[in-house]
Amino acid sequence: MTKEHGTGYGIYVIVWIALLVLTGATVAVSYANLGLMNVAVALLIASVKASLVALFFMHLKFENKLVWTFALVPIFFLLLVVGGTLSDTLFR
Amino acid sequence: MKDTTADGVALTVSGDAHPRGYLEEKGFWSWVYTLDHKRIGLLYLYTTLFFFLLGGIFALLIRIKLLYPGQQIFSDHMYNVLFTLHGSVMIFLFIIPAIPSGLGNFFIPLLIGARDVAFPRINLASYWVFVAGILVILASLVRPMDTGWTFYTPYSAKTAADVTLLSFGIFLVGMSSILTGLNFLVTIHKLRAPGMTWHRFPLFIWGMYATSIIQVVATPVVGITFLLLAMERLFGVGFFDPAKGGDPVLFQHFFWFYSHPVVYVMILPAMGIISEVIPVFSRKPIFGYRAIAYSSLAIAFIGFLVWGHHMFVSGMSKTANIIFSFLTFFVAVPTAIKVFNWIATMYKGSITFESPMLYALTFIFLFTFGGLTGMFLGALATNVHAHDTYFVVAHFHYTMMGGTMMGLLAGLHYWWPKMTGRMLSEKLARAGWLLTFIGFNVTFLTQFFLGYGGMPRRWAEYPAQFQPLNIVSTAGSWILAAGILIMFVNFIRGLYTGEPAPASPWKGLTLEWQVPSPPPTENFEEIPHITNWPYGYTKRKTDGYE
Amino acid sequence: MGTSEPKAVSGANPGEHAAHASPAVTYEAAKLGIWTFIATEVLLFGGLFTTYIVFRTKFPHMFHADYVHLNRVLGAVNTVVLICSSLTVALGIAAIRKGKQGMLRLCLVLTILLAAGFLVIKYFEWTEKFAHGLYPGTDVFFSLYFMMTGLHGLHVLAGMLVLGAVLVLAGQGRFSESYHTPVEISGLYWHFVDLVWIYLFPLFYLIG
Repeated sequence: MTKEHGTGYGIYVIVWIALLVLTGATVAVSYANLGLMNVAVALLIASVKASLVALFFMHLKFENKLVWTFALVPIFFLLLVVGGTLSDTLFR
Repeated sequence: MKDTTADGVALTVSGDAHPRGYLEEKGFWSWVYTLDHKRIGLLYLYTTLFFFLLGGIFALLIRIKLLYPGQQIFSDHMYNVLFTLHGSVMIFLFIIPAIPSGLGNFFIPLLIGARDVAFPRINLASYWVFVAGILVILASLVRPMDTGWTFYTPYSAKTAADVTLLSFGIFLVGMSSILTGLNFLVTIHKLRAPGMTWHRFPLFIWGMYATSIIQVVATPVVGITFLLLAMERLFGVGFFDPAKGGDPVLFQHFFWFYSHPVVYVMILPAMGIISEVIPVFSRKPIFGYRAIAYSSLAIAFIGFLVWGHHMFVSGMSKTANIIFSFLTFFVAVPTAIKVFNWIATMYKGSITFESPMLYALTFIFLFTFGGLTGMFLGALATNVHAHDTYFVVAHFHYTMMGGTMMGLLAGLHYWWPKMTGRMLSEKLARAGWLLTFIGFNVTFLTQFFLGYGGMPRRWAEYPAQFQPLNIVSTAGSWILAAGILIMFVNFIRGLYTGEPAPASPWKGLTLEWQVPSPPPTENFEEIPHITNWPYGYTKRKTDGYE
Repeated sequence: MGTSEPKAVSGANPGEHAAHASPAVTYEAAKLGIWTFIATEVLLFGGLFTTYIVFRTKFPHMFHADYVHLNRVLGAVNTVVLICSSLTVALGIAAIRKGKQGMLRLCLVLTILLAAGFLVIKYFEWTEKFAHGLYPGTDVFFSLYFMMTGLHGLHVLAGMLVLGAVLVLAGQGRFSESYHTPVEISGLYWHFVDLVWIYLFPLFYLIG
């Protein structure tokens, strides 16, 4: 009944290795003092890792539009609560 | 109701095999363990209606206290407790769950041609989580809440009332709401009858779909907010405590990020009911189907952008004030679209005034009134004048009680025969409606004047000049109570001695009218194949129906 | 009354629900259900992330002075632990899709052990902070640290219970090539728990 996505063990191991490498990278970068760039790099790497987990481990890459919508809509609302709150706290 | 063929749709009426349909099985445990969405819906309805009566008693006590300025009957603290209980009970235990969890549970599967919701066990769990939440809230009343239903920090973090326990109770009630919304979203997406495309949905389904999105997305935020409030009281985490660098206004942001969209959790299902009732009793196809359907989604969406309009005098930044005030006015657009389309539906229809229609018309009248007064409050400058006065109280009672409550009552009178298999007394229903309508307006119209005159809300005291109007308002609350009493007498009478209901007493075309009253446990003998939208009503002719 | 004769209601006993949908629909519904649940979790943590952003922009110096008290190495180790547990869950699902019961059980056991390892490391981190007089309420940074890692820890604990239940079912041989919905949806939940940590780690341990 489930569609076989052609995801064998191999792809998971590759993603796993990528996640470990990225973890190493983000820790290494954190020891360098880049000012605000530290924040940008750390969040960028975290987002790449999160995308890898979502796309491959959570099979999002193989899902239909409906599941994509359900996965992305909460992020929009998260941005909304952050943005609305900051429109107050940043401009007081 | 002598004619039985409504607009060419064949009706299956209750057979002799199970005349009591899903109500056949009796006994306590058949309700406790039931997985039937109809029974769970009824459990929710009975529970929420009980809390409606309880909240109503609190309201009557508040009104009695306000007969006189100065300290009378209750201490000031007791007055704080009373209005907090009234607000909290009505909001969290009645008006949020009543239509979605009650009528929604009962009718979503019926209206889309499904045998049940997607996750019947989660559905049952959501009810018992709700009950658990209620019990925790009741336990917290050992030191009763006195914060107002909004639980603003810093007071709620410091009061001697047991806000900690209360927070966990509300968290549980919220979790129940989330589970219900989740269930409905998946049900609507995955369990539709063949041919039931999105544009063949009854409009109640569109309303409930938009509602479920809000429940799923907004409720977790208030969940974490109440957890943080509890943590504040337990560990002093300081997020809302200025002494520790925290920000009490942050609590308001989180609270209203949920509590503003949640007013649409209250009103969207009610609007859905109105969209069902109006065409049935006008014998005309609904006008502007897509406009009504999409405006539900638009309201749900815009509802998330305007929470700051509750906080104009909180010390929030001017930037935020202006943004939120500006966005607030956009809510009026989809709302007005709905109202215009309902009126256009009735235009040149052959309208009859049975009790569901009376409540539906009341909804349109009162909700428009409430919505328009919202314009005064949404505008920055007038808000500052009217903020925290009885103008606000009158406004939200017109939208919530005049809107949601009237929608619920329209739905109850409309669907009562389907749910219970028995008719209500139309005579009692009309008497109840008349008193409710008069009582409501006498109670709350006066409060617009009180608020405009400057009477602050939530104060136990008020200047003597406001007394005459307060007496009128309190008298109105008694008329209102009498109306509701008659209504409940009618409900209870209907349960036991009401005439057996035909499958389709109002000649509705939506799917629920094509199964017996009450419906069988499985809803449909065979899942229907849908080929058309459900609003193909044709006008009455003198010689019967077309 | 009525144009059609009343037909007998279907044979099922009242109160007993017949299967109301095909297995494929049930699977699709379950998947949509867990994604919806994850959406609610995003917003639940979202409240805390918002709090973090608000106070980080308000007190950048406090965050800079405080984050050095956290143990970067232990944080990194815990990140690796969770990533490994995500892998084992993913491998377990791949295994049962091929009908390999033993491999599924092995993967579930490993996942639960890794989750336990994560919590043990977390326990040592917390007690070390307490020993240095750093509590929730010490300042906004540590309040956030304890609230966010605490809430995440609760989710790890809940994940262990869920995966434990799935392990019991797997032990009874309930899953097969054609039916493994509970494995998939509990796996999705577990990956989400990992995903939250992927953000918590840099926010607290790496950027000050």
